Amino acid sequence: MEEVPQGCPGTGSAQAGQGASCQGCPNQRLCASGAGAAPDPAIEEIKEKLKTVKHKILVLSGKGGVGKSTFSAHLAYGLAEDENTQVALLDIDICGPSIPKMMGLEGEQVHQSGSGWSPVFLEDNLGVMSVGFLLGSPDDAVIWRGPKKNGMIKQFLRDVDWGQVDYLIVDTPPGTSDEHLSAVQYLAAARIDGAAIITTPQEVSLQDVRKEISFCRKVKLPIIGVVENMSVFICPKCKKESQIFPPTTGGAERMCQDLKIPLLGKVPLDPHIGKSCDKGQSFLIDAPDSPAAVAYRGIIQKIQEFCGHHKPKQEPLPSS
Amino acid sequence: MEAAAETGNMASVQHIILVLSGKGGVGKSTISTQLALALRHAGKKVGILDVDLCGPSIPRMLRAQGRAVHQCDSGWVPVYVDQEQSISLMSVGFLLENPDEAVVWRGPKKNALIRQFVCDVAWGQLDYLVVDTPPGTSDEHMATVDALRPYGPLGALVVTTPQAVSVGDVRRELTFCRKAGLQVLGVVENMSGFVCPHCAECTHVFSRGGGEELACHAGVPFLGSVPLDPELTRSLEEGRDFIREFPESPAFPALLSIAQKVLTEAPARLL
Ligand SMILES: Nc1ncnc2c1ncn2[C@@H]1O[C@H](COP(=O)(O)OP(=O)(O)OP(=O)(O)O)[C@@H](O)[C@H]1O
Ligand SMILES: Nc1ncnc2c1ncn2[C@@H]1O[C@H](COP(=O)(O)OP(=O)(O)OP(=O)(O)O)[C@@H](O)[C@H]1O
Ligand SMILES: [Mg+2]
Ligand SMILES: [Mg+2]
Ligand SMILES: [Zn+2]
Ligand SMILES: [Zn+2]
Repeated sequence: MEEVPQGCPGTGSAQAGQGASCQGCPNQRLCASGAGAAPDPAIEEIKEKLKTVKHKILVLSGKGGVGKSTFSAHLAYGLAEDENTQVALLDIDICGPSIPKMMGLEGEQVHQSGSGWSPVFLEDNLGVMSVGFLLGSPDDAVIWRGPKKNGMIKQFLRDVDWGQVDYLIVDTPPGTSDEHLSAVQYLAAARIDGAAIITTPQEVSLQDVRKEISFCRKVKLPIIGVVENMSVFICPKCKKESQIFPPTTGGAERMCQDLKIPLLGKVPLDPHIGKSCDKGQSFLIDAPDSPAAVAYRGIIQKIQEFCGHHKPKQEPLPSS
Repeated sequence: MEAAAETGNMASVQHIILVLSGKGGVGKSTISTQLALALRHAGKKVGILDVDLCGPSIPRMLRAQGRAVHQCDSGWVPVYVDQEQSISLMSVGFLLENPDEAVVWRGPKKNALIRQFVCDVAWGQLDYLVVDTPPGTSDEHMATVDALRPYGPLGALVVTTPQAVSVGDVRRELTFCRKAGLQVLGVVENMSGFVCPHCAECTHVFSRGGGEELACHAGVPFLGSVPLDPELTRSLEEGRDFIREFPESPAFPALLSIAQKVLTEAPARLL
């Protein structure tokens, strides 16, 4: 297959040539010296473009399938229930976009507007963007290496016409790879309020989430807090609890204590969540009084409070 | 077979099976480990190559965390999971100093390590090499397929949960398999239903039937449904040999039957 140009965490960053991803990079010495390290002009363009976006939230997890997309979708649904709040949901899971299906927008297409791509609007105050809207058929695979994915993310941030937005929510794929580095790098100047980190209770998941937290600390991304998803299962027949994914090492609670980060809440396993997702509907409306919906609402409120209290600093330091 | 494949570390590897899914968290690593254990109990020599570089799960699932890989003349010696040395394992987990360290690598670096994992590990004589992959269709997958192709035909087990959101991603993964020339041995549906231990009611926590429908639609074999089984989660958390220790548990018959199908089908399909 084709040779790929060498990617790196950003020549414009203070980490140039020093990040973990720079080890073994042929340009490491050059990058580290700072010589010729022209920052990608897109970073400034994105900052300009996103001036109309008040808050930016990343939804992250080191582990796959823990409910990042479900949470992102419901954070968007929940925030947009207030019709005075403008919400944008951006799906940067390029190889496995789930958001179109979860929002009931499968088969929608993106339109070109005067100033760029216009997102697909689910409601007047809820715009959505995903690579899923750019695919021809549900069988189309996006078999892309890093650099191409990075180009797509850059376009999503720079060329989508979001308009006036209160909250931009970014759903990510699992891990700490190209997509994550690109999102953080491209949003560096525009500033991210913080990351909501999703996990499930078992150690197989937590061990990956700890890596994600190390990543956040490495790239200086503030952590809003952790959501423990799929916590317990309540049998619909006998109402007794089971732990399908047992917290064998103390679950998210213990991890949050150890790492001194807030636990935003616990969402139980509820079969209706999967059904709502498959139908492309808001579970918050389908089952408003369920324990899971109540948990989601509590978490959404904490995130709103975080964003309210959180005053973005005036100007980022110019990167040199 | 190509000339390059006659010698080197991969020369004595009989069958190669990639475990794939477009969706995260559907149980790729779980199926990889259980398949390896079942093959082992059937008397096979098995290697596991974990190419999930950002989130390696296999070392914990086989209780091999903290072990080290050593160098020998022909490259890295994989970690042997059992006394009899019937399961050998290579994972980026063995190369990290601190288990919480994030592997923040872009594509090219991942590709280089995966090539090393294929070419520079002294696998020795193996009946099966099981390759656990991260979700998606990106650098890791292309690098793995490229590096393994000379050792050839490559089988694929595709894992999904029953839900439409998962099946949608897995349809795309099947397109990848076709484009990459992989032999799809079949689709496994995981987390199919949960039988309440208190009242025996079965709840389809992640919906039902999506895996079989997908296999049917795509014209590939359906290998079976594995129920949600807390004993399986627990066993994986502790790195125990589920196939030997939990023959009474709900997931056991399904896992064993999937491994049986692989054992009977793979040799014919991967010639
Ligand atoms: N609390 C819950 N109860 C029941 N089902 C849930 C819950 N949260 C998520 N799900 C279901 O679990 C599956 C995985 O969720 P989701 O797709 O949101 O995870 P993800 O972390 O985005 O996965 P990926 O890593 O593939 O992007 C989905 O089918 C979703 O409907
Ligand atoms: N049938 C099952 N019953 C109960 N728990 C299961 C079952 N299958 C998998 N699990 C648990 O679900 C979690 C996710 O499984 P696993 O890690 O194998 O998924 P994966 O597809 O490899 O995820 P990733 O995309 O992050 O690599 C694990 O904690 C695992 O122990
Ligand atoms: Mg997702
Ligand atoms: Mg895995
Ligand atoms: Zn570099
Ligand atoms: Zn019950």
